[in-house]
Amino acid sequence: MKLSLEGEGDDWRLLLNGDWSLAATAVIQEELQALPGTLHGSLICDWTHAESTGIGPVWILLTRLGTLSPGGVRHVGNPPHTLQLLQRLQADRHALCAPPPAPAPSDIEEVVGNLGRWVVLQGTEGRAVIGFLGRISTVVREIFSRPRALRGSSLARHIYETGVTAIPIVSLIAFLISVIVAYLGAQQLSRFGADIFVVDLVTIAVLREMGVLLTAVIVAGRSGSAFAAEIGVMQLNEETDALRAMGMNPIELLVLPRVLGLIIALPLLTIIADAMGLAGGGLLSLVNLHIPLPQFTARLRESLSPTTFWAGLIKAPVFALLIGMVGTYRGMQVRESARELGRLTTVAVVQSIFLVILADALFAILFVQIDF
Amino acid sequence: MAESPDNPVVRVRGLVNRFGSQVVHDGLDLEIRENEIFGIVGGSGAGKSVLLRTLLGLRQPDAGSVEVYGRDVRHMSQAERISLVRSYGVTFQNGALISSLTVAQNIQLPLREYFSLTEQSLTALSELGLSMVGLPADTAGKYPAQLSGGMVKRAALARALALEPKLLFLDEPTSGLDPISASAFDELMLYLHSQLRLTVVMITHDLDTLFRTCSRVGVIVDGRMITDSLEGMLKNQQPWIHEYFHGPRSRAAQHG
Repeated sequence: MKLSLEGEGDDWRLLLNGDWSLAATAVIQEELQALPGTLHGSLICDWTHAESTGIGPVWILLTRLGTLSPGGVRHVGNPPHTLQLLQRLQADRHALCAPPPAPAPSDIEEVVGNLGRWVVLQGTEGRAVIGFLGRISTVVREIFSRPRALRGSSLARHIYETGVTAIPIVSLIAFLISVIVAYLGAQQLSRFGADIFVVDLVTIAVLREMGVLLTAVIVAGRSGSAFAAEIGVMQLNEETDALRAMGMNPIELLVLPRVLGLIIALPLLTIIADAMGLAGGGLLSLVNLHIPLPQFTARLRESLSPTTFWAGLIKAPVFALLIGMVGTYRGMQVRESARELGRLTTVAVVQSIFLVILADALFAILFVQIDF
Repeated sequence: MAESPDNPVVRVRGLVNRFGSQVVHDGLDLEIRENEIFGIVGGSGAGKSVLLRTLLGLRQPDAGSVEVYGRDVRHMSQAERISLVRSYGVTFQNGALISSLTVAQNIQLPLREYFSLTEQSLTALSELGLSMVGLPADTAGKYPAQLSGGMVKRAALARALALEPKLLFLDEPTSGLDPISASAFDELMLYLHSQLRLTVVMITHDLDTLFRTCSRVGVIVDGRMITDSLEGMLKNQQPWIHEYFHGPRSRAAQHG
């Protein structure tokens, strides 16, 4: 027992025992709560047997004594030296008592309120995105009157980082996916003795869709996140503010080289992915279906229409624009904390992948409509 | 822990710290006594922060001994080291509050880690922390990014005091504060020092803070430490110390 209450009527005595250090806080609080609500008369608090008293437990005791004995308490038996400080802090706390919390809104109010907040948020967000687009286009226009605004070395660095360094992973994934497609296709088509059409399947799937889509998704994961994180950290360090204060435009220095670099790099990566995909298809046809390479290429040429290759490649710059814009925009949104940085980097990747797939679906409908 | 000077809280003997060929500390000696406010001063790059990191056990010295409460920091088991670190309070230069937690959660963080407390106790203890450092009650729910520089320093002090340390290390406690906030922080430190009977070790460049609060001062010059009272330092003829305590800024602080 950390404390025991003795006495009756108007004369009470609270005896404190044992360890009163911070480690005993939980027990002390429990026992304090077990005391009666309010006592009448005088209360004496006896510290004689309390050991190694910590600040925290004394504070909790004083809080409780305030309601236990509103008339005041006399402390005897060598109370801790911090008692005076804590009593003063208690008095201050009561003086600037926090205002009572506002009544909790009803469920309906809360739902409507949340909906309203969401709508306003989407509205302001939409306006901010359009503003961001506008600021990029003014910089693009500036390039024509002031070619220096196109930062050549920075552009080259971003083409290298988003393009060249991505070649191994993009090649490997395009190769493997096309092997998988060819393998599954071969299993189904060989039942009809139509093995040779595996070539058509691989060619059209890789050139029209898979090559560009896979590349875009990989690049969104690699570079979209990198854009958001790099620019986000610069925001947290006030580096972008420093640039603005020196009269330089962060959009011109940070955003445009990244977006333009990606627009140049992604189509090139797509061509590599297409080539690796066809190689994968050819290899599987050779090993699994025993179609020799000359026959594969002949069939490939037959299955190609003039637009097949371009139908895939034309999408690459559009995807690059989406990935670059989302990544840099989310990076510029980072304010205040490291947590924001993590959240917005995640948002950048998820959103750019979503937008890439949405745009791909729109392209598919468009190409069917115009018979491309 | 006796209060005699023979039994100092911190005793450093012949400390050597090197980074490659660069020698930062070259046989540094230091004694910090119970219940004093000790100021550590030195030019930029003199190794103040390295000394602090060594005292905290965040860095292994290349040579020399570091004793805290008579126990050598270098030959401690992991468990001993943790129990020692728990008896320190530390504030870092930029506050180092965890940015994804509110102020109250920051104060409760070490309490949650080491004790099993109810939510109610935790709330009460974070309230205590806030009122000790003079922050209003509504600060509890705010995030560090929403606080001013002075409030961040105070919140960091509240977190450092949460485990009720006897020994407090402060790294540049008043840097980046306006003179009014800085002098309020000095008063707070003096008040807590006398009320909680703390031993305070403080790195500071703020001459006003140095003159207002510190009972003894240690100056790091050429990898060694020269320790003296403030009055003694003012009479010291070592060129750097003389320049430091008799420069135009220092004269203003002494007569201000």
